[in-house]
This record gives sequence, C-alpha cells and structure tokens, in this order.
Amino acid sequence: MNDEVDQGRRHFLTLATMATGAIGAGFAAVPFVASWKPSARARALGAPVTVDVSTLEPGAIMTVSWRRQPIWIVRRTKEMLASLAQAEDRLKDPSSASSDQPEFAHNNYRSRKPEYLVLVGVCTHLGCLPKTRFDPGAGDGVGPDWPGGFFCVCHGSKFDLAGRVFEGSPASANLRVPPYYFPDDNTVLLGESGSAATGVA
Amino acid sequence: MRKLLSCLFVALCGFTGIAGASSGGGGGGCTPNAPWEQWHANASVTSLSSLQRGARNYVNYCLGCHSLQYMRYSRIAEDLDIGEQQAKSNLIFTGASIHDYVKSAMPAKDAEEWFGRAPPDLSLIARARGADYIYQFLKGFYVDEGRPTGANNLVLKDTAMPYVLANVGGQHKAVFTLQKCVENGEEKMVRHFDGLETVVPGELSEEEYDGFVRDIVNFLQYVGEPVQAKRQRLGVWVILFLVVFTLFAWMLKKEIWKDVD
Amino acid sequence: MANGNETEPSKAPATGLSGWLEARFPGHKFVREHLTGYWAPKNFNFWYFFGSLALVVLIVQIVSGIFLAMNYTPSEEAAFASIEYIMREVEWGWLIRYMHSTGASAFFIIIYLHMFRGMLYGSYKKPRELVWLIGMLIYVLLMAEGFFGYVLPWGNMSYWGAQVIVSLFSAIPGVGDGLAEWVRGDYSISGITLNRFFALHVVALPLLLVMLVYAHIMALHEVGSNNPDGVEIKKKKRADGTPLDGIPFHPYYTYKDMVGVGVFLIIFCAVIFFAPTFGGLFLEKPNFEPANALSTPEHIAPVWYFTPYYAILRAVPDKLTGALLMGLAIVMFFFLPWLDRCKVKSIRYRGTIYKVFLGAFAVSFVALAYLGLQPAEGLYVVLARLFTVIYFAFFLLMPVYTRFEKTRPVPERVTGHA
Repeated sequence: MNDEVDQGRRHFLTLATMATGAIGAGFAAVPFVASWKPSARARALGAPVTVDVSTLEPGAIMTVSWRRQPIWIVRRTKEMLASLAQAEDRLKDPSSASSDQPEFAHNNYRSRKPEYLVLVGVCTHLGCLPKTRFDPGAGDGVGPDWPGGFFCVCHGSKFDLAGRVFEGSPASANLRVPPYYFPDDNTVLLGESGSAATGVA
Repeated sequence: MRKLLSCLFVALCGFTGIAGASSGGGGGGCTPNAPWEQWHANASVTSLSSLQRGARNYVNYCLGCHSLQYMRYSRIAEDLDIGEQQAKSNLIFTGASIHDYVKSAMPAKDAEEWFGRAPPDLSLIARARGADYIYQFLKGFYVDEGRPTGANNLVLKDTAMPYVLANVGGQHKAVFTLQKCVENGEEKMVRHFDGLETVVPGELSEEEYDGFVRDIVNFLQYVGEPVQAKRQRLGVWVILFLVVFTLFAWMLKKEIWKDVD
Repeated sequence: MANGNETEPSKAPATGLSGWLEARFPGHKFVREHLTGYWAPKNFNFWYFFGSLALVVLIVQIVSGIFLAMNYTPSEEAAFASIEYIMREVEWGWLIRYMHSTGASAFFIIIYLHMFRGMLYGSYKKPRELVWLIGMLIYVLLMAEGFFGYVLPWGNMSYWGAQVIVSLFSAIPGVGDGLAEWVRGDYSISGITLNRFFALHVVALPLLLVMLVYAHIMALHEVGSNNPDGVEIKKKKRADGTPLDGIPFHPYYTYKDMVGVGVFLIIFCAVIFFAPTFGGLFLEKPNFEPANALSTPEHIAPVWYFTPYYAILRAVPDKLTGALLMGLAIVMFFFLPWLDRCKVKSIRYRGTIYKVFLGAFAVSFVALAYLGLQPAEGLYVVLARLFTVIYFAFFLLMPVYTRFEKTRPVPERVTGHA
C-alpha cells in the first residue's frame, strides 16, 4: 500500500503499546486478586487468643476455638508422656520431619513445655475432627496395643498423645501444632510464636 | 460545528450566571448573618503528628459518648504510626482489644435518657457534613442559661451536646444585636451576630485551642476515609503510567494511520 | 487434538488448536465480520470514541460489580455497614467501590455524549432506526440499573430517593397505590425492597443490558456506521466490493480507540484517586448517613444523571401530569427517527433552524440537570418550566421545522479524516 512505511518503527510501537497495556492490565488485576485475601475483619477475628490454663487438671483436655478451628490443650501426665516413647516404632513420622509445626515444637513431645500439648484438632487426612481416647488398651476401633491418643472415626486415622500419626492410618502427616507461647505459667497465647525466650516463662 | 459548540458554551455560562445570582440574592436583607460559615478548618490528613494528637484528643474528650464504629484501634495504630503498646496504653481506656472497633463505653440507652437522643457515631461525620462543619460546630459553643446543658451552638442551634471542651477552650458569650432590615418593602428586625466574647478563659490560649480543635477535625477527616492519603499518593503513579500508555497508543495510531489517504 | 490434524495428508487452512477450534466455533468468522472485515468510514471524529468507551465502562462495571457483590450484604441491617466494610476492611475494596461509583457516572456522561453524537450527525435516520431504538432501550435500562444500584448502599439519600421515585407510581389513577406497594413489597421502602432491587441490579438488568448491547452492535454492523458527513459509504465501492471511503475497523479504529481509552482512563482515574465524590455529585453527602425513615435529607436530589427529568417532574405542580411529562421526556427520544423529516443527516449540511433548535435543546438538557439539583423554589422553578418547554418544543415542533429546513448540498464522498 505504502512503500515508505517504516516497518521497524511500526513493530516497535506495536510492541511498546501492547507491552505497556499488558503491564497495565496486570496492575489492574492486583486489587481484584488481592481483595480475596483475608480482610481486616477476618484478621481481627483470627487474632491471637489468650487461654487461661490454670484450671486444667493433669490428664484433662480443653478445646478452644481459634480461627474457627478447634484447638486442643492437653495437660499430659507423667504416664502419658512416658507412653510417647513406647510406640515410636509404629509411627509414620516419629521425628515430625515432614509434619507442620512451629520450630519450637520440633521435638519428641511436640510442644513448648512437655506437660502441655497444644494441637489443631483437625485430622490431617480429610479435615474431620478426631476423638480423644486417652486410656490405653483395646476398645471402640483401637487394638490392645493402643497407648492412648486420638482417633478419627471418619477414616480411622490414629494419633498418639503428641499428635503423631500411626502406621496404617490414611492420614500421612502428624496433627498440626499452632503457633503459641506462654506469657506466664497459667496462660497460653494462641496464634503467635513469641520469642524463644517467652516459650517458658 | 465549532460555532455550535462555542454557542452552547456561552449560553451555559450565561445561564449558570443567572442561576448563581438568583441563589445568592434569594434571602433579601432579613436573613440572619452567619459569619461562622466562613470559618475554614483547612483540614489535612498529611501531618501524622496532628493526627496523633487528634486521636488522643478524641479518645479523651469525645469517645466517652461518640463511637467510631467502623474503625479499629489496630488500623488507627497502623495508619498513624503509633506502636501497638503505645496505642494500648494511650488510646484504649475501655478494656477493648486492639483489634476491636472503637466503641464508646456509654450504653446508647443511657445516652438517650441523658441527652434526649443517642450521640451519633462519628466514623463518617467528615464525609456526611464536611470537615468545616465539625470545626465550626466545635468552635461555635456559647453560654446559654436557657439550655439544659447551659450551652448553645451557632451551627447546630439547641444542640443536645454539652460543651465538653469548656475547660480547654474557655467559656464564650455570643453577642447578638437586633438590626433593622427591609424585606418586600416591609421594615423588620433581624438578629445580627457580632462575635464571640471570652467570659472564662480556658487552659489553652486561643491559638493553642484552635490547633487542638483542628487536630480533632483532621483526625475525623482521616477516620471518614482512612485510605485517602494513600489513595492520592497512588493516584499520581497510576496517572503517570496511563500517560505513558496513551502516548505509545497515540504514536502507534499515527503510524498505522499513515496508510489511510 | 493437534495430533489429529498433523496426520491429515491434505493441507488444512489452519492447523493445530486454532484449526480445530475454527472447524467447531465461528471465532474467526466473528473477528472477520466485526473487526478486520468490518469497513467503517474513514472520517470518524472525536464524537465517535464514545461507543467503544461505553463498552469499556460496561466491562469495568461488570467486573467491579462482581467483586463488590462478594462483600456486600443486601439487608436492611447490614447493607450500610457492609459498604464501609468494603471501603475500610477488604483489601483494595475502596478502589473497587470507587471504580463502580465513578463508573456509574462515567457511563452516563459517555452515553449522553454518544446520544448527542447521534443527534448531531443524524445517526438515528434510515436505515439506522433500529440501532437507535435498541440504544434507547439500553439507555432506559441503564437508568433503571443506576437507580437500583443507588439504593444498595442504603444511605439516607438511597432510602429517600427510592421512596420518592417509587411514590411516582402512586400517581397513576386507580391502581397507583397498589402498584407502588407491589413494587416495594412493603408499606414503605424497606429491606424487602432492598433485596429485590439487589437481585435486579446484579442479575436481571446486567443480563438484559449485555444482550441488548450485543443486539445494538449487530444491528449497527448490519447497516454500517454513519459518519460526520452523513454520507453512505456503501454507495461508492472499489472493484473488490469494499467501500472507497471505508477502512477496516481493525487495525485502524481498534488502535485509534485505544488512544481514546487511554485518555478516558486518565480522566477516570483522576476522579477515582483525587475526587471520588466529585464534590458530592457522584457520591452525595447525605448518603454517608445510614437510611433513616424518620429523617428526610434537607433537600432530596437524585444523582446528577437523573436530574434533567427530575427538574421536569418538579416543574409541574400536578403530580400525575409531572410524572407523565417526565416519562414523556424520555419516550420522545424513541420517536426521533420519525419526527425528523429532513433528508440530510449531518449537522454540517443542515439548516440554521435545526442548529438553533438542537443547540437550545442541549442547553435546556444541561440547564435542567443543574436545576434538578437545586431546591424547587423561586426563580429555579420558573427557569425549569422555561427549559421544559424548550425541551419538548425541540421534539414536538420537529416535524414542522425540519420539513422547511434550508439544507446545504451533501458531498458525494466523505471529507477527509481526522
């Protein structure tokens, strides 16, 4: 049509316009995508929760809600802690290598203080809520070698008293440990890991 | 085409002129004067220190009755660069969590009994009425023994709100005189406002008190739309980007249209 | 799928995924018919940006609207608070909301300019009457969409605006009161009304609008675009059958419209980021107070894009006549193709009498918009009546003054290009 068309210039301008337009479209998408993040309300409702554990008896469990998840706080007795070592050879992930917990809980009893176990009470298999079965021995769904722990009736996953999953369970990971710390001896602050120093008051 | 447009323009200008004049001259000579309408707050949300002082003044003098129900303490702390600990000790007196909305401690029912109406929430007052209105209202209190609260207001006549800033800003007397005026050929009397006179000085000098009120106004302006400062900063970049895009698109159009003869 | 094509011995016109798709979906055909193969007159000027801009704003409104609906709560108790939740607590919610509120006003500015373009260049005349009629239908639906949308924030102006507009139905003799009650679903505007308006605003009307916009464009592409000279480019063709004064829409007008979109976005974003309330015109001050059935705002004025009609309504002392006249003011536009008897399309070659009438009409429209925002008292009412008379004179006298119009000769071909 026109011999004097500068194809190079035309090419460059097309590229520049399209590139700027694409970048602009990318920027414009950010607010829409980001609007799906938890809002200030969701974050406020999911803010750390202070739990008073002074009335929790040894061997007892309390359930509190944090971010709409049941959080178990178990005050383990000496016997319960001793049971952890007994069944270690039957666990899928005894050292919690491939499980989800804050750094401070990366130990055999999976907690800041051995006495207190804090777990997200949601099965790592498909999200059911496991039941507690702290007494050792056979009974509804568990065999005679049961050392005490948690049992999920949905699909039969079993966890010990540190929330570690047993071999033969459909769940593959140990129960999750939420971030928490002890501001003082009688209080658990759920939702924040605190500093290493505040772990044990 | 051009001619038509310019005709339109001239006609419009003329028209708005007429309409403007009619609205200005509607009242005749018997409308009471309202010089306080010229008191401007010059509100700005760019000074963090003013906003911080405003927040402090608000929780000390206003929050007793007026909540900010759409605002969280945590948002104020974050936006105004107040540390969480500092916010907890300086802003929260109601035992609320930092994540809570800024609620007044006074139950609405009691308030209605005491003042005849519940004190309104002020989250959006700056948007609904404007910053100048808040400024004029706060500066417009004067002694009026006829009112149950002992105070009246220039802007909101017979307000139910007591003059809670009396200790800080001092007590004032409003000077009104009756003046003759003519409306529709009839001679009438109209109340003319001459100004405010200090009766009891407050803790702050007049100038300091003005700053005190402005801080509150700025804070409420911020609360009306917490994102406004960020919005304007971002806007500059958005528009610069769009100018670059438009420039490229325009050059491309010019280039492509060389084909068309 | 791609493999299936590669094994074929004969050379298909297009291979791979696009070939597979082409054999099953008329995508290429669509592009050919409406972009690369749609021949538009080469002399479009500034006024011809507004069609594509309206499409851009429609998309902005749909996208931002979808995201607003994700966080909005359509209930009497929670609607107002949910808007503040969007403005303060949803990440970027403020921007999405301002896009939508500014977009509503931008939509009407663009549509009004788009309509005025049609009146300047006679785009409503034969053979484009249907394009105009569908367009007017879109305009009426858009007003309904704007009205329902304005109620959703459940501010005090939302509430009283809805109260006043729905009360207009009660002006109809006999069935009026029952009809108004039926529209509200309650004895006054309430959460029940809010819920049905929400459903109409987010589902029913957008669906209809998108369908009508599609029909508008299809009808236009069937008859071809008009142009500032009002010359039918289809009359003079090259040997290959393409119009002499035409150019393919793509790339020429797609690239040109991109400049228009750029300029529009600069203005649009300037409002969003620096003046989102636009001095109380786009977001009105009383609407920052929650709906209150016991306290009417000092003076109720609808959003600016309804004010020309609102001014006409108030100019008449009688409720029924006022409402009728207001409805008639909109209906008039529908008859434009048949009221205008002049053979010449473009204002460039039309007589002085039409230019004067059109100018007076445009002034009246803007003046009425201004008056609709002012209190209905004194000189304002007198002016509103005057401009109402001019508004209707433009339409009703049109069959007379256009018949005896002294027009200038229309050229054979279009004159130049911008």
